[in-house]
Amino acid sequence: MKRITLIVGHYGSGKTEFSVNHVINLKKQYDKVAILDMDIANPYFRSRERQEFLEDMGIAIHFNSFGYDITEDLPAISACMKAPLENKDYMVVADVGGDNAGARVLNQFKKYFVDESDCEMLIVVNANRPETADLEGALYHIRTIEAETGLKVKGLINNTHLLRETKVADILEGYRLCQDISRETGIPITYTTCVEKLVPELEKAKAEQGLDDMVIYPIKLYMRPTWLDRK
Amino acid sequence: MAEKKLMKGNEAFAAAAINAGCRYYFGYPITPQSEVPEYMSRELKKAGGAFIQAESELGAINMAYGASAAGGRVLITSSSPGIALMQESIGLLCSVQLPVVIINVMRGGPGIGSIQPGQADYNQVTRGGSNGDYHTIVLAPNSIQEAIDMIGKAFDLADEYRNPVIIAADGMLGQMMEPVVMPEPKAALTEEEIPVVKPYALTGHKNKRDRHAINSVWLKQELLENYINEYWPKYEKAERELQDWESRNLEGAEVVFVAYGSTSRIAMEAMEMLADEGIKVGLIRPKTLWPFPVNAFKEIDFNTTKHIISVELSQGQMIYDVKLAVECKLPVSLINRVGGMLLDPQEIVDRTKKIMEVK
Repeated sequence: MKRITLIVGHYGSGKTEFSVNHVINLKKQYDKVAILDMDIANPYFRSRERQEFLEDMGIAIHFNSFGYDITEDLPAISACMKAPLENKDYMVVADVGGDNAGARVLNQFKKYFVDESDCEMLIVVNANRPETADLEGALYHIRTIEAETGLKVKGLINNTHLLRETKVADILEGYRLCQDISRETGIPITYTTCVEKLVPELEKAKAEQGLDDMVIYPIKLYMRPTWLDRK
Repeated sequence: MAEKKLMKGNEAFAAAAINAGCRYYFGYPITPQSEVPEYMSRELKKAGGAFIQAESELGAINMAYGASAAGGRVLITSSSPGIALMQESIGLLCSVQLPVVIINVMRGGPGIGSIQPGQADYNQVTRGGSNGDYHTIVLAPNSIQEAIDMIGKAFDLADEYRNPVIIAADGMLGQMMEPVVMPEPKAALTEEEIPVVKPYALTGHKNKRDRHAINSVWLKQELLENYINEYWPKYEKAERELQDWESRNLEGAEVVFVAYGSTSRIAMEAMEMLADEGIKVGLIRPKTLWPFPVNAFKEIDFNTTKHIISVELSQGQMIYDVKLAVECKLPVSLINRVGGMLLDPQEIVDRTKKIMEVK
């Protein structure tokens, strides 16, 4: 685990949900924890929407300069982001905007990210998103984000899901895609996310199929209001 | 059955249009619908279509006029202030009876407003902001899957009625993700098929027929009156045949919510919370906003229902259609938020109980 974790990926792959889960987990182990909402591409479902919730837990959150105003449309982020990047006492999760266009914002802070002992960039992959459903599509996003930022992706996060319709088969399918990516690029699979209620079933499948390297990362859906999944 | 994919609303709207045989898209970016032109700029040419980023929303809707006049299936999308800019040409399209599908991914208004979800264009889409006698057919999905299905239907209705059809979506539907299935793709009409299926289209007379003219100017008022009276029955037919809605738990309900779009899903959660407290609430969810589904209100259980509540993200716009449909048989109240604020299920519960206290 590096001090700074950059979460990148195709838009809609689940970067924000993972980032919010990750920073909450970090807070259980570390005193000073910050999340940087660097999403300047997307107007909705950004981690800043959970500002009060995160701050109540003692997690620092930085986004634009407008405090609680989540509706600001300016593609701008606050220089306050530098504080936890500078301060080595902080564990930092950067929730970056989608695609290479969203990752471009990392360049202005690049001096904090080049030390590989202090920082790593992880890419979120959801095999149920049409653009990253196959090896070619997933590799395209890895290459374009690396080219945009000049940073190397150091790990894959298999975040394959269909929201509340997710089945273990989906997660395993995504794991197989990530194995293919891994073979092609040498990038390891850091985590395989799984909604909490499916964890026992995934553990069982993991044991049965001998997927010893799979690191299961339980996820809570903090970003999605319950009424969105009402039929 | 085709495989489910996780799609963002705006991507799915664009994909559904291509799937329905749309080959022409003219757009201008505006939050919260910019993923539609982004998707179209990448994908439409792969389907053999044409994408143009217009210089403005005015440019876009008038390009749509041209492409539709030539017999193509055309999609236009924008968000509230952008749709406001297009009003003149929506009336123009109605006057010359050209089919175009228009998606309004509504946000907070009036004016430039906010970029969060809204429904305050209800009057804009159902009454229209152009001049003269016309209607636009308005469909209101409450999920991405329903939007995909309605977009396919909208292209068919637009062609059948030779009239613009508006999909009243909102920022939440445009930006949220859902697992969806795309229906089987439909082929676009070929150049040979267009003159047969759309005999009005400007395809070139090739010295074999009289020229076609698509023109909105009438210098003899008697002829214009005749023309309007000729096409007007299609709107009466639409009012008879196109009303569409979903109703839930109307039998024995004390209160009936009327809600469409994303708001209907928030209302559904509030209904269950109220049911847990022993308060029986029904729902009428208009799937067509024009024609408004007045027939749905005949299903209300007038023995038990004491209140009708219009639940909207606007300052009480749909409520007037609800009142007309209820015909003064019951009091109609409003639960709303505006400006880009969403209702919370708990807020609907609390406000419903307050309304029920009033005798």
